Amino acid sequence: MTSQADQQQHDTASMVDTAAINLRGVEKTFVAKNETFQAVQRLDLSIGEGEFFSLLGPSGCGKTTTLRMIAGFEEPTAGEILLHGQNMVGVPPYKRDVNTVFQSYALFPHMTVEQNVAFGLERKRIGKAEVRTRVGEMLEIVGLGERGSRRPQQLSGGQQQRVALARALVNRPSALLLDEPLAALDLKLRQAMQVELKRIQREVGITFVFVTHDQGEALTMSDRIVVMNAGLIEQVGNPQELYERPRTRFVAGFLGTSNIMEGKVTRYDDGVALIDAGADGRVLVPTDDAAVGDRITISVRPEKIVLSHDEPPAGDRECSVQGTVEEMVYLGTSNTYEVRLNGGETVTVLEQNGSTADATAVRGDKVWLSWRPQHSLHLVDSPSVEEGAADDAG
Amino acid sequence: MTSATSDEVKVGSTRRRMGRLTAYWLALPGGLWLAIFFVIPMIYLLSLSLMTGNFIDGFTQTFHVSTYWHTISLYHDQFIRSIIYALIVTALTITLAYPMAYWIAMRGGKHKSTYLLIILLPFFVSFVIRTLQWQFILADNGFVLGTLKDLHLVGSDFHLLATPVAVICGLTYNYLPFMVLPLYVSIERLDPRLMEAANDLYASKLQALLRIVFPLTIPGIFAGVIMTFVPVASDFVNAQLLGGAKTTMIGNVIYTLYLTNNDYAAASALSFTLMGALLIGIFIYARALGTKDVMEAAAL
Repeated sequence: MTSQADQQQHDTASMVDTAAINLRGVEKTFVAKNETFQAVQRLDLSIGEGEFFSLLGPSGCGKTTTLRMIAGFEEPTAGEILLHGQNMVGVPPYKRDVNTVFQSYALFPHMTVEQNVAFGLERKRIGKAEVRTRVGEMLEIVGLGERGSRRPQQLSGGQQQRVALARALVNRPSALLLDEPLAALDLKLRQAMQVELKRIQREVGITFVFVTHDQGEALTMSDRIVVMNAGLIEQVGNPQELYERPRTRFVAGFLGTSNIMEGKVTRYDDGVALIDAGADGRVLVPTDDAAVGDRITISVRPEKIVLSHDEPPAGDRECSVQGTVEEMVYLGTSNTYEVRLNGGETVTVLEQNGSTADATAVRGDKVWLSWRPQHSLHLVDSPSVEEGAADDAG
Repeated sequence: MTSATSDEVKVGSTRRRMGRLTAYWLALPGGLWLAIFFVIPMIYLLSLSLMTGNFIDGFTQTFHVSTYWHTISLYHDQFIRSIIYALIVTALTITLAYPMAYWIAMRGGKHKSTYLLIILLPFFVSFVIRTLQWQFILADNGFVLGTLKDLHLVGSDFHLLATPVAVICGLTYNYLPFMVLPLYVSIERLDPRLMEAANDLYASKLQALLRIVFPLTIPGIFAGVIMTFVPVASDFVNAQLLGGAKTTMIGNVIYTLYLTNNDYAAASALSFTLMGALLIGIFIYARALGTKDVMEAAAL
C-alpha cells in the first residue's frame, strides 16, 4: 500500500515536467444575487502529454466548470492554469491552444460540414490548399469523407458528433477538451463512439480531457481519472486503482457497487487492524492510519466476497462474517445475493456461476461470507477544503 | 362485413377531411377581416386611380393610366426623397438597434422583459405627441440648440427643424422599436454555445459576431428592415411636423392630394405606384438575402 502510494506520487511528480495541463490551486466562485456558489475549490491537477484524462463526478461537482476554465470560457477566481508551462489565466479562448467538443456539439448551422471543420484553420490564416487537405484528412479519420458538403442538420446525432470532433481536432491543439460529448447519443451509438474516440485519440496522439458523469464510460476510456465531488478532488488514479483501491466512501460508492461497513478497531498491529464484527465474525483491514478504539469505515467489492454454507477454513480467507440470505437474483452468468449480517448491515455478494462456486444458496439460508484481508479497504472521509489544501502541500 | 369496413373507412376519411378543414376555419375570421377591410378598399382604390374627373364634376371610370405617368412626373422628387430617407432611416435603425438587441438578448439576464418594455414604452404615448416632442427638442432655441448656441458651438442662425436631419431623426426615433424587436427575437434564439465554439476556434469576439451571429440573424434583420423601410417610405407625420417644404415626402403628397385637393384619382395612382415600388424592392431584397448562396457567402 505504502509503496504503491509512493509510486503514484513519483509518477505525478515526473509528470509535472512534461504535463500538457497543470492546474494549481484553481478556485471558481459564482456569485448570483447575494448568494455565492463555490463550483471548484482549490484544485490541483496535472494532466500528462497524450493522456486520456477524465473528469468524473455527479452533476454539480465542478467538472464542467473546470473544463470551461481550461478552455477559457470561465476565468478562475484564484489559481493558475498552465498549458505547457504557460499561465493561461486572462488569456481569451481564441488565443489558447486547446479546442472543445461541446455537449450539444454547437455546430454552425449555416455552414457545411467542410466549412465547420475549416473554421479554426481559416482563423489561423492557414493557406487555402493546406486547409483543404487537412479538412479532407480529418473527415476521413472520423469517417465522414463523403459528407463534407452536407449541412449539420442533415446529419444524424452520431455524425454531428464526429463533425464536432473533427472541427476541434483538425487544429491539432495541444489538448482536446470534451464536455460529455456522448451524453446525447443512445446506448449503442455511445458504446461505438467510446471505442471510436479511443481509436482516434491513439491515432492523433493528442491529450484528451474528457468530462463525464458516467463511471463506466470513464473506466473504459481513460488512462487516468479524477473523481470530483462538491468542487473537490476525491481521488486521482488510473481506472484500476480507482476501482480496486477507492480512497473515500464517495469514490467507493460512485464507481461500481461497494459494501460499506463500519466497525470499531479492537486490535492493531503490523499495519493490520482487526475490526469488531460480532462474536463469530473476523474482519481484518490493512491500514497505516488506525488505532485501537477508532471507528473506521471499510469497503468490500461484491465480487471479492465468497459465499459458503460451511465455515471457511481458517487461514484461507481470513475475513469472515455470518448472515442470512435475504434476496437472490439470478443473472445468468452470475448470482447476486443480499445478505443481512448478524450485526444488522446488508451486504451484496456477486458470485460467478462457475464450476468452483458453492451450491446455490436460497432465501433464508444461514451463510458465511469470506474474503481476503487485502480486499477490505479502509475508507477515509471525503476531503474538505482545509484538508484538501493540506494534502496538496504534501 | 366488407361493407361495414368500407363504411368505417369512409367515416375515417371524412373525419380526416374535417380535420384538414379545421385549419381553414381557424383562418376564416382573419381572412374575412382582411378581405373586407383591405382587399375591397384596394380594389376600389385601384379603380379610382383609373378614373378621370374632379371633385366638383365627379369622377368617371375611363381606365386612363395617364394619371400614373402624370403624377410620377410631377412628384418624382418627393418619391425619390422618400426612398432615400427610408434607406437612411433603415440603416440608422439597424446600426442603433443591433447592439441594443444584442445586449438585451445576451446580457439582459433576468431583466430582459423590463428592457423590452422600456423600448416599447413610447408606444404608450400617441405617435403625434411623440413626434411633436421632437419639435421642442430640435426647436431653434430648444434645450439642444439653445445650449449649443449658448456655448457658441453652433452659429446663432443654425437650425434643425425643417431640415432633412430633423425628419430623419424623428423617423429613426419612431421606428427604432420595429427594428429592435425582430432583431432581439432572432438573437435571443441563438445558442450561446455557438459563440463559445467560434471563440474556441480562434475567432475573436468581433469575428464571431461577423461570421456566426450576423449570418444567423439575417431573418431578424430581414423582418426588421421590412417593418421599418416600408412604413418609413410612406410616413407623412414626421415630415409634416418636423420638416419643411424641402423635406416633403410622398406620404405628404398623397395626403394633400386626397384630403386637401380632393384629387382622388391622382392620390390613388400615387399610392399604387408607391406600393408597387416597395413590393418590387422587397422582392429583390428577399431574393438577395434569402437564397442559400448568400447564406453561404456570408459564411465564407
